[in-house]
Parts: sequence; structure tokens; C-alpha cells
Amino acid sequence: MTAMKYTYYPGCTSQTTAVEFGLSTDAVCDALGIELAELEDWNCCGASSAHSLNHELSLALPGRNVALAQEAGRDMVIPCPACYQHSLMADNRFREDAAWRQKMEGLLDFQYRGEGRPRHLLEVMATDLPSDVLAAKVIRPLTGLKVACYYGCVLVRPPELTGWDDPEYPMTMDRLMAAIGAEPVDWSYKVDCCGASMTLSLSDVVVELSTKIVEGALEAGADCIVSACGMCQINLDTRQVASRPVPILYFTELMGVALGLPEVDKWLRKHTVDPRPVLKSYGLL
Amino acid sequence: MTITVGEDLTFREIVQERSGEDILACFYCQKCTAGCPTAYMMEYPPARLLRMIQLGQKEMVLRSRTIWMCVGCETCGTRCPNRIRLAPVMDTLRYMALEEGYAPEPAVYALHRSFLDSIRLWGRVHELTMLMEYKTRTLKTPNVFFHGLTGDMKMGLDLVLKGKLSFLPERVKGLDHIRKLYAVATGGQREAAE
Repeated sequence: MTAMKYTYYPGCTSQTTAVEFGLSTDAVCDALGIELAELEDWNCCGASSAHSLNHELSLALPGRNVALAQEAGRDMVIPCPACYQHSLMADNRFREDAAWRQKMEGLLDFQYRGEGRPRHLLEVMATDLPSDVLAAKVIRPLTGLKVACYYGCVLVRPPELTGWDDPEYPMTMDRLMAAIGAEPVDWSYKVDCCGASMTLSLSDVVVELSTKIVEGALEAGADCIVSACGMCQINLDTRQVASRPVPILYFTELMGVALGLPEVDKWLRKHTVDPRPVLKSYGLL
Repeated sequence: MTITVGEDLTFREIVQERSGEDILACFYCQKCTAGCPTAYMMEYPPARLLRMIQLGQKEMVLRSRTIWMCVGCETCGTRCPNRIRLAPVMDTLRYMALEEGYAPEPAVYALHRSFLDSIRLWGRVHELTMLMEYKTRTLKTPNVFFHGLTGDMKMGLDLVLKGKLSFLPERVKGLDHIRKLYAVATGGQREAAE
């Protein structure tokens, strides 16, 4: 197997509200021999706010990160879907808009060489990691655990930009979860939006949308929802008003459980809906 | 039903030019409205808004709450049979509304502004000071300030106790880069320069 080495863009929430996503990403990649070199001096991608108020800023901010990633010349792995989408948009503009590229190169004193391609962590795990390498490391398969794989909105959209397997019914995460022994359920809300940044400005909207998604997972018989996004996770975890509380886990946390990593408990205790009881009921903790 | 044709027939051309989306391609199948997670909060759902742009109803569009209710989830654009992406259209309408002095939805605007100010200051978002600025900005609109306040404070405390909000900001070294990018992107305009 060739060594898996990447530039790593953690994003702001991986150290704060999604710290368990950041910690589990580090630990799981380490255990699987995936080498992540943090992008030196990275900045915030601008998230929902930049494109909401200023188009140029929404490309210039992630553009600086793409610029910084040129030198290492490796693909840039990003765990947050919003950071991923905005970085892709900036990278795309570098390729297609020569005038903008020259302006940015002048402002930031660098040369765009088409390196540092933004990629989402889930896609890297699902495509670059050979299945036998993962299988060999799974010491505690998640047998019996029914998971609703939740992709959310901007991870898979717009499809022309992200290029996932299916923008309406993606299976990438489902297959990864099956590979570590879990049982993915078919359900109706895989790519529905949780309300994202409205969690602070219009929280009622997020309560409404998150609750619908959580109820959808319950209907499908899932024990938990699996997320690949710090924003989706915190919205579903803290804003759900469901008939029964449903734990919302990062896909990296469940991989950590399957790999038998000792630090799993430190991540799980940071959740609002405690995922430990359901994992214990299947003998996984 | 009376259909009012607006006065400004260049409006559609400008929106089309700035967003890069072909507004005239819409034949009103309403898939965008059917799939929109926040359509229930909008006075003009997405398909109707597109029709209003076609008809040049500029003032009604730019004054509407609809353009501030779009979360940019891209469901509409993904499902549109005519490949119109509404997310950049909604972005464009917000820029135009701000440039022309229409009042934004206070809570949504305050949050985005505070977020962008935080990035300008540190290069990365620092949640605690960003939230303080957001709450300060909503003091002008007490119903926004007090909405969900106790619940949000409880949640904030819970996040602090779980070590999920940091007290000190992380500052990037290349802040001169960030300031340059802001200066060029805003060109002295109101929306992020203030």
C-alpha cells in the first residue's frame, strides 16, 4: 500500500463545538496509517456568512487556504462539509477565472499550480483507504447497531462541484459503516437540511427541521444517526425535540469504536444526547 | 388573479448577470418550492420569487423576508430540471437589498455580520466573542434579543462545561493577508466594511 499522506484543513469547529470530530479524526487517521499534516496558518473559510453577505469574500477566504496548500502539493483533506464546499468553489475559480487567479496570486504572493485539491474526509476514507487495510484493523465490529447515515446538505451539493455518488441518495457513508460491521438503514432524510447557521438567528427553524430528521431515523428503526458535519451534529444533538432522544455520532467516532481505540469515551461524553447507553447495549463499550 | 408587472424590467437582467443563473429558464414546475426546507417561513416561496424576478417586481423581491430565509442548502438547484441554482440567486438578491438600503432580516443579518467581523479580527472564528457581538447587535430589536435567550444561555454553559467553547481566540499569523482580502472584497461597501 502506498502511504496515505495529506494536507489537513481542520476548520474552526474541529477545536470547539465539534471538538470530538477533530479528536476522533486525528485518532482514527493515526490508527489507520493516514498521515495528516495540518495546513500551516489556515484561516476560516467564511462559512455561511461570507456567501450570504459578500460573494468575493466567500471565495477569497477559502482561496487563501488553497493558496497555502500549493506548496505541500498534496490533496487537502477537510472534515467540515461547508469548508469543503467553499474550498472547492475557490479552487474551481482558480482554474476557471484567470483574472481572479492573477489578482489573488499578487495579493497573497503565491503561484497556483492546481495542487492541494480539496477533498472531504469521508470521501478519502471511502476511496483511498483499501478495504482490506480497514478490515484488518476492525477489532470490534458494530454488529447489530442500526445506523441512519445522514449526509446533510452541502456535503453532496451542488453535484457538479462535489461529484459524489448520488446527490439524492448517496451510499458512500452507508458502505463505510457496513464495512465496520454496522447495519445502515434505508430512510428518507439522508440529504435534508438541518437549518445550519439559523441555529442561533432563527432557532425555531432548526428545532423544526432537526426534529423531523431525528423522527425520520426513529421511524426507520435506527439506533443512532451518523453525521459527517460539525454543524449538522450540533444542531441535531442539541435542537431535537423527538419522541425519544437519538444520539448523533460522527462517522469517525464509530470508526474509533470499531477500531477499539482507548480514547473513545472522551469524545462520547461531550455529546448532549449520550450515545454510550446504546453502544453499551450492543456490547460495544 | 391580477399579475402585476413591475416597473424595473432591467432587474431580471441584473440578477441574471450577477448570479450567473438563467432566470428565464424557469417554467414554474415548483420542484424548488416543494423541496425547500424553509419554504414554510417565506412569504414568497422560491418558484414564486423567480417568477417575480422575471416580471421585474424588484421592490417586492428585495423587501421580502424570503431572501433572508434561504440557508443555501442547494436542494432546489440540485433538483431543478432547468439547472437553475437558486442559492447564488438568493445571495445576489441579498447583496442588492443591502446595497439599495432595504432592511435585512435583523437576526440573520446580525449573525452573519458578527461572524465576518470575527474572521476579520482573528482570521478564524472565535465563537464566544462572536456571540457577544451578535447579541449586542440584536439589542436594537428586543424580540430578537430575548428570543430563546435562556435556552441558548443554558446550551452555551453546557458547551463551556464540556470544553466545546474556547475562551481565547486563535489568531492567524497572516492577518495582513486577511485584511487585504477584506479590503479588496468589500471595496468599501457597507456589507462587510463597517
